[in-house]
Amino acid sequence: MSIWIHEESKVLIQGITGKQGTFHGTMMDEYQTNVVGGVTPGKGGQIVELPNKNVPVFNSVSEGLEETNADVSVIYVPAKFAAAAIIEAADAFEQNGGGLIVCITEGIPILDMIRAVARVDAYPNVRLIGPNCPGIITPGENGGCKVGIMPGFIHAKGRIGIVSKSGTLTYEAVAQTMSVDEGQSTCVGIGGDPVNGTGFIDCLAAFEADPQTEAIVMIGEIGGSAEEEAAEWASKNMSKPIVGFVAGSTAPPGKRMGHAGAIISGGKGTAQEKFAAFEAAGIYVARDPSEIGNVLVKALKDAGLR
Amino acid sequence: MNIHEYQGKILFKEAGVKVQDGIHCKTVIDALSAYDSLGSKIVAVKSQIHAGGRGKGNLYDPENGDLIMEGGVKIAFSRDEVETYASNIIGRKLITKQTGPEGKIVNNLYIESGCSIAHEYYLALLIDREAKSVLIMASKEGGVDIEEVAENTPEAIHKIWAHPIDGLDIKDAENMADQLGLVDSSKDDLVSMLSSLSRMFVEKDCAMIEINPLVRSESGEMIALDAKVSFDDNASYRHPWMDEMRDHAEEEEVEIRAHEHGLSYVKLEGNIGCLVNGAGLAMASMDVIKLYGGEPANFLDIGGGATRESITTAFGIILEDDNVEGILVNIFGGIIQCDMVARSVIEASNELGLEVPLVVRFSGTNHVEGKAVLDNCDLDVHTASTLSEGAEKIVKLTRGEQ
Repeated sequence: MSIWIHEESKVLIQGITGKQGTFHGTMMDEYQTNVVGGVTPGKGGQIVELPNKNVPVFNSVSEGLEETNADVSVIYVPAKFAAAAIIEAADAFEQNGGGLIVCITEGIPILDMIRAVARVDAYPNVRLIGPNCPGIITPGENGGCKVGIMPGFIHAKGRIGIVSKSGTLTYEAVAQTMSVDEGQSTCVGIGGDPVNGTGFIDCLAAFEADPQTEAIVMIGEIGGSAEEEAAEWASKNMSKPIVGFVAGSTAPPGKRMGHAGAIISGGKGTAQEKFAAFEAAGIYVARDPSEIGNVLVKALKDAGLR
Repeated sequence: MNIHEYQGKILFKEAGVKVQDGIHCKTVIDALSAYDSLGSKIVAVKSQIHAGGRGKGNLYDPENGDLIMEGGVKIAFSRDEVETYASNIIGRKLITKQTGPEGKIVNNLYIESGCSIAHEYYLALLIDREAKSVLIMASKEGGVDIEEVAENTPEAIHKIWAHPIDGLDIKDAENMADQLGLVDSSKDDLVSMLSSLSRMFVEKDCAMIEINPLVRSESGEMIALDAKVSFDDNASYRHPWMDEMRDHAEEEEVEIRAHEHGLSYVKLEGNIGCLVNGAGLAMASMDVIKLYGGEPANFLDIGGGATRESITTAFGIILEDDNVEGILVNIFGGIIQCDMVARSVIEASNELGLEVPLVVRFSGTNHVEGKAVLDNCDLDVHTASTLSEGAEKIVKLTRGEQ
């Protein structure tokens, strides 16, 4: 198995007729992702040609779900329309028994995301990944299910789950697993925006429950306290080994306005704090992303998995 | 995006939050006529910069670094004092805890009517990323160093949340007033202020509103004596007025120029320039340079939509920094193709006359083709297959070890 998406997942593309939607729809199809259609309001009835097949365009997500029974929708619409696209997809999936929304778009206003996440959270069977993320991928034997903008060819099917706040650093983590002959079960880019859908703990819990996943690589970034909370949660709930890295040790504190940010963070949020939380939770720490592979090998050996 | 106190107070007034009368000035003469027209014997003369800690900051001569005056916010009891303080402030460099050691030149001044203060409070509204809501924080211990209060006596910071969908619950606002010990008209004032501010926060797409101090006057009125307001840049498309409020003099010119080319650049103090795709990988590249004993000269994320033109601009920006003694290019190709980056790097190096060592690490899309382009060019460029190898190489090269 894998988490949240698998090789047969049926994927809709919101914004399929736009430049980004068409380009990445093509790349997803080339990776053998089961793209079943797209949504662009006002362009229903059109056909989009992908390398392996032609797919229909619908006027709305609910129309698309009715026709295709898709279980995943990926959003490539511009930032000013993206929150509305998330809400539309959430409502439609709720009517249809649930589903996964993956929002790639970056630059969405924070208050829009607070509203969109509130809607998604009201539906227990609807999950949002992102925004401002590379997406999610489950590599298969031949291609796989790629829902997002990551380069498919760097992946291979395997037993390592990857969760990351960062885009290209996720690819780095994938390359590190490959450098020690390990493939991936599922890789999730949760995005680095202040307010997003799926968090680290959701991913860790899913990887813990997934029989294919035997170890996890977790990539954090400075800011917020999600890494610290995930580390504490992991120390109580995870039996599988985790390798962790946090980017931003050398980032300067930055010029700032006022005290409010510092008060709410309460000393949390620095890379040092996050690394310390990882170590306290028994997470294997890589201080250099080029070391993730070696640290993973050690973690697997310690767990008797290699 | 940040704005000045005087601009924040215009927004407060519009929102129905009580502020003292005040006038924005750019010269000493303006300051004197502001004093005359305010008609208040006692006024506050306040430096306007995009950073906090102004009251406890010091003003220096930007030419020779001499200390001119202690305190960037002064209470003047006469017209003469207004003149003295204003001339000590305008055009000087103000260094506060929040500006960093380089400080900021003060180009704007705010002259504000004095206020009889009975007590100082702290109030802030900001995004709470864990609660996914708007957090309102207040404390009785305003004015003093609020961060120390938060650290030593966290129970003295009271918190309520105003979700953008449901708005502020008046009961929560009343409870907050009770916790601050406010009664009668002061309590009513605070409740109305909280509802005005939470409405303003959402309507204007704020990222933060901070009032330190919020004061209770001798007559019991709740008045915002300070205004630190910042906005969510992602929402600027729906607020055309934001552009008019933007003070370009407060922003780094090179960072603005980078932004116009889709680049995200922050200058740092080190000697190794970095050019990377993706913010996380850019931070990680800086971290690894440091691990190998070097110091990064900048953070630079060329983004997913980089072109030959934007990469040339990025190279130019890196090389404008005289401290740069070597450059590390670290690209993990996804959408971006390494061979395109390779050609752009060669073009930019030739165009700009690159004289410092260059190490390039490619991985991902077309990395083999990218490396081939570099191997077959006349440029003295070193390649690396991993980030740590690249970082180690550039650190050694800048030390003349290779």
